[in-house]
Order: sequence, then structure tokens, then C-alpha cells
Amino acid sequence: MEWSSVLSGAIEQGIGPSAIIYCLAAIGLNIHFGYTGLLNFGQAAFMMVGGYALGSLIQTWGWPLFPSLIVGLLMAVVLALVLGVPTLRLRADYLAIATIAAAEAIRQVLGSAALNDEFGGQDGRYGFVDGMRSLNFIPSGGVHFLGLDFRSYDFFIMIVGWTLALLLCGFVYLLMRSPWGRVLKSIREDEDAVRSLGKNVYSYKMQALVLGGVIGALAGIMSGLATSNVAPSDFATDTTFFTYTVLLIGGAARVFGPVAGALIFWFFISGLDLFFDKMTSGANPTIPESIMTDDQASLMRLIFLGLILMLIMIYRPQGIFGDRRELAIDAH
Amino acid sequence: MPTDTQPSSDTQSTTSDSILVADGVTRKFGGLTAVDVEHFEIQRGKITALIGPNGAGKTTFFNLLTGFDEPDSGEWTFNGQSLHGVPPYKVARKGMVRTFQLTKVLSRLKVIENMRLGATGQRGEKFLPSLFRGLWSAQEKENTDRAMDLLARFKLDAKADDFAGSLSGGQRKLLEMARALMVDPELIMLDEPMAGVNPALKQSLLGHVKSLRDEGRTVLFVEHDMDMVRDISDWVVVMAQGKIVAEGPPDTVMANQAVIDAYLGAHHDAALTHETEEEILAAAEAELEAEAEAEENS
Ligand SMILES: Nc1ncnc2c1ncn2[C@@H]1O[C@H](COP(=O)(O)OP(=O)(O)OP(=O)(O)O)[C@@H](O)[C@H]1O
Ligand SMILES: [Mg+2]
Repeated sequence: MEWSSVLSGAIEQGIGPSAIIYCLAAIGLNIHFGYTGLLNFGQAAFMMVGGYALGSLIQTWGWPLFPSLIVGLLMAVVLALVLGVPTLRLRADYLAIATIAAAEAIRQVLGSAALNDEFGGQDGRYGFVDGMRSLNFIPSGGVHFLGLDFRSYDFFIMIVGWTLALLLCGFVYLLMRSPWGRVLKSIREDEDAVRSLGKNVYSYKMQALVLGGVIGALAGIMSGLATSNVAPSDFATDTTFFTYTVLLIGGAARVFGPVAGALIFWFFISGLDLFFDKMTSGANPTIPESIMTDDQASLMRLIFLGLILMLIMIYRPQGIFGDRRELAIDAH
Repeated sequence: MPTDTQPSSDTQSTTSDSILVADGVTRKFGGLTAVDVEHFEIQRGKITALIGPNGAGKTTFFNLLTGFDEPDSGEWTFNGQSLHGVPPYKVARKGMVRTFQLTKVLSRLKVIENMRLGATGQRGEKFLPSLFRGLWSAQEKENTDRAMDLLARFKLDAKADDFAGSLSGGQRKLLEMARALMVDPELIMLDEPMAGVNPALKQSLLGHVKSLRDEGRTVLFVEHDMDMVRDISDWVVVMAQGKIVAEGPPDTVMANQAVIDAYLGAHHDAALTHETEEEILAAAEAELEAEAEAEENS
């Protein structure tokens, strides 16, 4: 293994399917948190209902790809309504609590042994991507350039995923330059002021929750399609927090924040992983086992990621695309 | 019963031209009765001042009337329609718009965007039409022109492209008032509009408030600045401890013993001047300091 393989490995991951999934999830979360100020701590739940609708409808009930996909998106609408109707009239923290609880509850239910026949328990659903594979137009040998190697299906997913991400960025741009987007941003700043001017704040918050949730479901669907598997462990609480990390690195309330954040996040996390793996592997590792074993090395990436996040928060708290002037303004 | 100083026949006694009428409105916070108003009216096309010492319940009464808070009992109507249980945004759409004592500017939006938000019936505020600029750009242009006119009136036009969060306290008050006017309200309710505004600008603002009346709007405002109250209001309502204790034309009300007592406690007998106001302020500050000290010591 050459040192350059660490770099190319990091780049492959940085633009690979995982980055796409988090990018999409963060685009949805940006509408919730970045623009509207909604504290959604259950983005993983929106991803999960999307991914599981796809996986189970195809594998368990034998549906074709596209109808399953549509149902996955509709499930996110339902989830948004269920979460939003009771909480969006109340103080902001109620939504936060409801989303955290719902995400874990949904995960426990879908992963339960009692529903093993429908949702496959802890293994989840798998092998449901034949429909997607049949659409693959990339040569079966895969794609190789600049020392990077991608398998055929992975590259196909990347093209579909990044196209989708860019289209969604355009969509968010159009929305947020409009008076509709202005109402959302105003709600983030002070919802009572918006009410006093005759806007139905509840309705706008609901629209934002649904829209961001549907985009979250799209992320879950891409996750299922990319890995050919949906399992409860894919949608744990840390998925939501990684999504927040991606969003904050790129810059909240910025159209391209989620894209930049996802690229940087995945480049570093896989780069660090490969680096420490290399340093501790082999018969005579660079870092002796007395200091660090290869098991411990896999945790190093999280430590360094935390460090990088701290540095960004200190030196560039507005994220990569953020506007420092804006951040200097205290919220009230 | 409120002790009406002078319910003169030409101004307040005819209920036919009241834009807002409230009856039996009460609001309790635990054991404290913050608002207990038996009867309250605002005459259409007039400037009405609501005055009273700190904690009299003025802001709470504003919140109740505009739907931001719910009363324990009471009924009130705007243009003859009951507003009980009507949510704040619908109250605003009916033409009754309020500002806040603690200003609520949208900090991370530009001043001009704050203003545009106030415009009503925007086509671009609907989800699907918002995607197509052609559907709303003409209306946005009209709104921007109107906003710039208003900003010029309030000496904020030079700040149009600054973030609202960068404005000073007084400028925020002005922005909030200008933004409320973007809604084109029939009744505008201002909670201490002059607090923190410099004297020179205050003078020109008084002119603006009067011109609102000349445009046919009705104004209700809360203010501690007695000069302003005397200068521009047609009718003054005095609240103390949640109740309306007096009302009438400014000169009569301010000479009223009940009002002076309410403001200064029964042992004072001087008319309200700047100095007495300052006294009250100093007393309040001393009290706050004492409280802070007590907290520190605990
Ligand atoms: N949310 C609340 N919870 C408990 N008590 C409250 C609340 N809001 C107001 N009060 C109390 O109600 C009383 C009236 O308050 P309010 O803010 O209406 O006074 P105000 O007349 O506007 O005074 P100021 O001139 O200082 O603005 C005060 O005693 C206050 O402590
Ligand atoms: Mg007040």
C-alpha cells in the first residue's frame, strides 16, 4: 500500500456515495434548521422511513422501483405531519424532543424481531436494487481516472446522486431568494414579529418541515440504493449528528453549504481512517503497538474529526460559505 | 368603574364610531391580576394614548387585544367583529397591527427585507409561485418602492442594505414602526415607540404619527414621555394595577389627581414633568441594583 493510496482513498470517499447521502440529508436539514430555525434532531427518521419504504416494498411486497420510491417520499410527508401538527404551535424545544424520540422509536419498531418478516429485524432489507442496476449505463469494468477507481454501480449512483444534489441546490436557491424564503428566514429570526405582520407562521413551519423531511427521505432512499441495504444501524442518532456536522462545516443557510460540508467531512473522516490504519498495520507498524493498536486507531478519526470541528468553529464559525458579518450580529 | 374625567359628548360617548371596543377583559398571572379592564374603546381616526406606571398592565393588554396572549375572561371587537380567540396573524390581516416594547427586528435580514416582509397579499409567499420570479417580481418592485418611501420618512433609507441587527436601539424602534406600516393597518398599536429615540428625531416622528391620523388611520400608543402624550394624543387612557383609572383629553387627564396618584403614589402632588419622571427612573434603578446585590449575596 502506497501513501498516495491514502489520498486517493480519501478523495474516493469524499465524492463517493456516503458523501452524497449526507449531502442530501443536510440539504433537507438546512431548510429546517438553517433557514427556518426548526430544531429537527430526527433527520435520521426521515431518512429511515424513505429507505425502509423502498427496501421493504421491493423486497417484502415485490413492488417495482419507482412506486416504492414515491411511497418513500410520501412517508416522509406523513412523518412530518405527525411530528409537526402537535409541536409546531409550541415553543421550539418541543419539536426537538419529539424528533429525537420519534427517531429512536421508529428505529426500534422497524428493527424489532416481531416485524422480522416485513422489515428483516436487525439485518434490515437488502438486495432490492435490481431495478436500479438495470438503469446503470456505466461500463461494467468501472471507471478509473487520476488514480481513482470506482466500481460501475458506485459511479452510476454518484452521477445520479450528485445530479440530484445540484438540482436540489438550484431548487433551494429559487425558493430562498423568493418572498416565501424570506418568510422562513424571518421565522428563524423572530416568529412573533412575523405573526404580528399577518403571516401564518404555523403553516410556513409545516411547509418547511415537510419539504426538508422529503429531501431527508431522498437521502435515505439513496442510502438504500447505494449500499443495497437498509438496516437500523444506518439510521441511529449519530446519523443526525453527522448531518448537523456536515451542515455546520459547509455553513448553515447557504445554498451550497451541504455540498461543501459533505465533501470536506467525508474526505477527512476517510482520510484519517486510512492514515491511522496504515500507521498501525503490518508486521512492523510505524506507530508501535505499545502506543496504539489498530483497534484504537479506528477511533482516532473521531478524535481528530472533533478537533477539526473545533478549529472550524473557532476560526470559521460561519462555516465555509458563511458570511462573517452576519454571524457578528447577535440574534436579538 | 373607571372614573371618567370627562366623557364629553363630542368625542368618546358615541359608541357608533369606535373601531375597537373591549369589555371585561381580565388576565391573571398566578395570584397577580395584570389586566382587569371593564370597558375600553378606541375612536376611529383618533390618536389614543395608553399611559400608566411600570407594571400597570399596558403591554399585557396589548398582547391580549392582538391575540398574543389569552385572557381569562372578556370580549372585544374590532370593526364590530369579535376578536376573541382569533390568532395574531389573523388580527393583523384584519387591519390591526402592533409593535413590541422590546423591539423585534429580524437581525440577520437586511433592513429592506424586514420592510418587504410586512407587505400583504404577496404572490411570491406561496410555495409553488415562489419558484417563478416572473410571477412576483412586479409586485416585489412595488413593495420595494413603498418600503423605500417609508424608510425615507423614518430616516432609515441610507440603511436599507444593512443587516437590521446592526441598527441602534432607536433605529430598531423606527424600523419596527415603518415595517408595521407596510401592512397598511387601519389601527396601529405602538408600544413605547419613542423609547430611545433622540429628541430631534422624536419631534419629526410626532409629525409622522399625526400624519397617520390625517391619512385616516387610528393610532393607539403606550408612552411614558408625557410631552409626547400631551402633544399628539386626542384621548388619554390611564391604567394602574391592571385597571383603567381615568380617561379623557390630555390636559384634563394630566391634571387629574387620580392620575398623579397612580403615577407617583398618593403623597406626591406635583404635575408630571421630566424631573419627576427622572425621579421615578432613579428610584427604579436603585431598586434594581438592590435586587442585583441581593442576588449576588445569595
Ligand atoms: N408572562 C408573565 N408572567 C408573569 N407575570 C407577568 C407576565 N407578563 C407580565 N406580568 C406581570 O404583569 C404586570 C403587568 O406587566 P406589563 O408588562 O403589562 O406592564 P406595563 O404596563 O407594560 O409596564 P411597562 O410600562 O414597564 O412596560 C407586571 O406586574 C408583570 O410583572
Ligand atoms: Mg410595557
